Amino acid sequence: MSQPQIEIQLIAMLVAVACAIPGTFLVLRKMAMISDAISHSILPGIVIGFFITQDLSSPLLIVLAAATGVLTVVMVEFIQKTGLVKEDTAIGLVFPALFSIGVIMIARHANDVHLDVDAVLLGELAFAPFDRFMVGGTDLGPKALWVIGSILLITLILLFSFFKELKVSTFDSQLAATLGFSPALMHYGLMTTASVTTVGAFDAVGAILVVALMIAPAATAYLLTEDLKKMLGIAVGVGLLSAIGGYWLANYLDASIAGAITSVLGLFFFAAFLFAPHRGWISVWRKRRRQRIEVSMLTFLLHLHNHKEESERHIDHLQDHINWQRVRAKSVLRLARNNNMIVIENKIISLTGKGEQFTDEAIQHITSDKTTALESMKDEFFLFRG
Amino acid sequence: MKDKIAVQVDDLTVAYNYKPVLWDVDLKIPEGVLMAVVGPNGAGKSTLIKSVLGIVKPLAGSVKVFGKPYEKQRRHVAYVPQKGSVDWDFPTTALDVVTMGTYGRLGWMRRPGAKQKKEALEALEKVGMLPFKNRQISQLSGGQQQRIFLARALVQNASVYLMDEPFQGVDATTEKAIIRILKDLRRTGKTVIVVHHDLQTVPEYFDWVTFLNVKKIATGPVKEIFNDDHLTQTYGINYKVSIQP
Repeated sequence: MSQPQIEIQLIAMLVAVACAIPGTFLVLRKMAMISDAISHSILPGIVIGFFITQDLSSPLLIVLAAATGVLTVVMVEFIQKTGLVKEDTAIGLVFPALFSIGVIMIARHANDVHLDVDAVLLGELAFAPFDRFMVGGTDLGPKALWVIGSILLITLILLFSFFKELKVSTFDSQLAATLGFSPALMHYGLMTTASVTTVGAFDAVGAILVVALMIAPAATAYLLTEDLKKMLGIAVGVGLLSAIGGYWLANYLDASIAGAITSVLGLFFFAAFLFAPHRGWISVWRKRRRQRIEVSMLTFLLHLHNHKEESERHIDHLQDHINWQRVRAKSVLRLARNNNMIVIENKIISLTGKGEQFTDEAIQHITSDKTTALESMKDEFFLFRG
Repeated sequence: MKDKIAVQVDDLTVAYNYKPVLWDVDLKIPEGVLMAVVGPNGAGKSTLIKSVLGIVKPLAGSVKVFGKPYEKQRRHVAYVPQKGSVDWDFPTTALDVVTMGTYGRLGWMRRPGAKQKKEALEALEKVGMLPFKNRQISQLSGGQQQRIFLARALVQNASVYLMDEPFQGVDATTEKAIIRILKDLRRTGKTVIVVHHDLQTVPEYFDWVTFLNVKKIATGPVKEIFNDDHLTQTYGINYKVSIQP
């Protein structure tokens, strides 16, 4: 690997980690859309900063852009609090307004410089190594690396210092307030961090893709774990893998690095969406199917329990009277038999002792509305699940 | 023990969008009582509790806890919010939620350690939830979630406990378990204030009661003031309680 290649990957990785951390809390606070708003509305802040300093990497740009980001949040909340429109409408009103102001300012005054709408929206990671950080003639590496590295360092310090406060105010803001941890302070602290990170990352990946880096790793991690620390860890991991994987995908396809990183993020999320152990689509689908068969079996056992006459217990009766299709009737019978709930003699089905006992208990639990008891009872009786 | 005032509310008026929810409410809640706050929907019961905690800012009036403003007495007040006020899909365990009760005493930036974990485990034990300590909170039943909230308040080791409908949507077993713990708290001299809906159980569970319907109707010992008169005034219909205190 050449040095620029290593530098680009390093920048991409730092951006991914710096985005994944505030992103996790945004997702848990159901504020994912706010990151979209921030990423767009920081534009006027950047443009004004650029007018003042004539330098795209001046720290003033970051400060002004972060301030516009926080201003966005304040304006959204202000509009929302009037009660005239809902939060999503308020977001949709505020950020296009601020963004368009930025676009007009660029078109009117900055047409001749390196600040165009494309660069703002998409960024260009491939050019990042060209812009060097020079001190007294010594080359200290790409500027972007220093910018995002400092932002990440601050984010990590804040995370480790205030993890407990962030957690409690995200989970239960009223409790946080009564414990003396101002939820407003945590809220605006998080918003400032998200704004600063967005500005730092926008140079590399652009305003739109930074949203993907904030939300997709967190959303993926949310499906995979039930522990906040692990969720942060997985989000960071997914971000890192996407950064590296995306870089090499872009290299192979000869396409935009930021675009490739986002595509890889999308694949990660899609995989988690399908295959996550508890919350994944396949797992949920299988659980539902199993419950359907188990409830069918319970219905059938209840029927046997209620009818002692042989005509009601004939094997063909399942299709004729209970009106189940062949496949379903078969899987219900198989489940009941595997668990020794029934015996079949001359096509007549009868409950076994165990089946009687199971049905009795089930009736009790169902009539007393103890669904959880019913589930644990199944664990006790079932050798096989549906 | 009942001469000391735990919570004193003076001329409290709270308005949402210019409509008073609480109107000139005066209350003196003695230390060591187990008090029910009853009243119809929209009577301002939750608002009363939230103004004591400073979560809702009053239009007028003041609240004092043991003679001082709430802000100075935070450590001595624990709050059990309504179960529906949080997202139970949050990635955390029962033990972790209970540990949050220790955060107030820890203060900013200090992390919970072995001592805090031990306290949390003891509280879980008290509410009978120890076997579920590592369970993700969305996997708990409604009654179990309420017990977790109660355990979290117990960990705070406060003098005043404020609870917003702790019996909402819980099964009979949990209700019995909760009331047993509340009576234990009273026995150790704590003051417990509960927003309560089931009028039938007031005489059995509580020794003090406040009738509220935007304005305060009455407050005092259940034995003296829990009667048809006050119920009728509070609920606006001719009320007859079947059980007499």
